[in-house]
Amino acid sequence: MTWFLRTKKNIEETIQKEMPDGLWTKCPSCGEIIYKRQLEENLFTCHKCNHHFRIGTKEYIDIILDPGSFEELFTNIKSADPLNFVDSKPYTQRLESMYKSTGLNEAITTGKAKIAGKDIAFASMNFNFIGGSMGSVVGEKFYQIAKYALDKKIPYIIICASGGARMQEAAYSLMQLAKTSAILAELAEHQIPYIVILTDPTTGGVSASFGMLGDIIIAEPGALIGFAGPRVIEQTIRRKLPQGFQRAEFVLEHGFLDLIIHRKNMREKLITILNWF
Amino acid sequence: MGTKLILDFEKPIIELESKIQEMRQLGETFDIQEEIINLEKKVEELRSQIYQNLTRWQRVQLARHPDRPQSLDYINNVFTDFIELHGDRRYRDDPAVVGGIAKLDGISCIVVGQQKGKDTKSNLLRNFGMSHPEGYRKALRLFELAEKFDKPIFTFLDTPGAYPGIEAEERGQAEAIARNIIRMCQLTVPIIVVIIGEGASGGAIGIGVGDRILMLENTWYSVISPESCSSILWRSWDFKEQAAEALKLTAKDLKEQGIIDIIVPEPIGGAHRKPDEMYLILKEILLNELRPLMSIPKKELVKKRRDKFIQMGVWITE
Ligand SMILES: [Zn+2]
Repeated sequence: MTWFLRTKKNIEETIQKEMPDGLWTKCPSCGEIIYKRQLEENLFTCHKCNHHFRIGTKEYIDIILDPGSFEELFTNIKSADPLNFVDSKPYTQRLESMYKSTGLNEAITTGKAKIAGKDIAFASMNFNFIGGSMGSVVGEKFYQIAKYALDKKIPYIIICASGGARMQEAAYSLMQLAKTSAILAELAEHQIPYIVILTDPTTGGVSASFGMLGDIIIAEPGALIGFAGPRVIEQTIRRKLPQGFQRAEFVLEHGFLDLIIHRKNMREKLITILNWF
Repeated sequence: MGTKLILDFEKPIIELESKIQEMRQLGETFDIQEEIINLEKKVEELRSQIYQNLTRWQRVQLARHPDRPQSLDYINNVFTDFIELHGDRRYRDDPAVVGGIAKLDGISCIVVGQQKGKDTKSNLLRNFGMSHPEGYRKALRLFELAEKFDKPIFTFLDTPGAYPGIEAEERGQAEAIARNIIRMCQLTVPIIVVIIGEGASGGAIGIGVGDRILMLENTWYSVISPESCSSILWRSWDFKEQAAEALKLTAKDLKEQGIIDIIVPEPIGGAHRKPDEMYLILKEILLNELRPLMSIPKKELVKKRRDKFIQMGVWITE
């Protein structure tokens, strides 16, 4: 319950990024003016062009999981500042202002839940918390919930949204690529299904580790998925990137995604997939 | 060796050295032997004083020194019987990664390294050590060869990052790195990783998971280069020195952080000053590290490797 209270503010924050105040909002993709209630009913997708608005963990819980089944776990794991990192402001201050503005305790939320009555381990990343970046806490919570899936012998489903590794934790954050993969190696040995849902955007250290290691890798339509961010690539090659580059449809075409699922079909398809295992 | 790059902090040493050189020539006609010896002593003192007090940014510069030994230099001088094996058997041969079969003091093994060039031409061929997915997949198929024939693996990290380009993305750069990382958590043969120059980000750790992580004294290893870190966090390219300090990316830092196991000492002035000495130092350490690993039962070896990475990171439990 406390979790719900804390995240209510978060939902508003997430949505505010793409949506101005008021009853109406404009689709950033096709320009359609959408009534906000209608947008909500459409699970935050544009009825005209299918643009998937970025949403938060709370919305995904509502969309995918059995109502009331989610119970958050590992909330006691919090960021330290092992390197006393200071750039334009200290890392500790950055974290404090993130806790305040998002109501979240980290860039990942983990817990147990049910889908169509089946127990699952569930994680969802929060892009609005320092760009969904992976530091020690994301790595540890990922490890803990994966271990939970392993101990209970239940599937593990994660929703990814991340700009990459957390620079303020330097080499520690880089090591999380190996840490998260190490526990996935254990899951693989014990035939624990691991299902990844990539949402907009998933790049950097997350895509170069657990994001690309699912037994089944799903993406939402239009999600930006890649290793390097588009701006870095443009700077390197000194030309504009083609339309649709690194979007889910492009990644699927090149063979690195299993399927793309519209948000409103996500739960139903997940049930079918879970039933296969 | 073509380049004669002199870093700022090397200048006082180079100046004294050329002075000695001049005096030696004079020494043929005048008796100044004693003065030469004194000056040589002074150079040694100056050298050790300078190199013991390098800033982090200066170490980054040393790590990038174009005269530093590179993967192929270590492979050719530390190992014997090296046969280079090309290609990923999927798409093409990526010259930014080299590898093959070799022997270390008679022990058959697999060696894989990220390979930079030594001049403009070879750097273009090697893509400055920035590999495409096929580079990681070449490494992977060599790892599989090691696994199949139960041979230990040595990897050498020296990259400014995985290449951020259109084709690299099309061919699944992220997947290639992720696949290598998880496979390296599964292989049952000993893996020794050596950072010999630059260890930048996912591009480096894509061949960087092992039982023992060694780092040469004048190298760096982090999630991002100081320049890119500066441009993102300070929104300017001018804060690379501060970024290097903040990232705490030197061998000494990473040892303190519990991320690497061993700092491999370099000859004073850096590996490029006395490469032959460097090869001997590294060979001895590699052998010392390898032998105990070879007697650990496979299951235990894998578990230890996974646990090693699983405990990495710093967090608070409330
Ligand atoms: Zn639209």
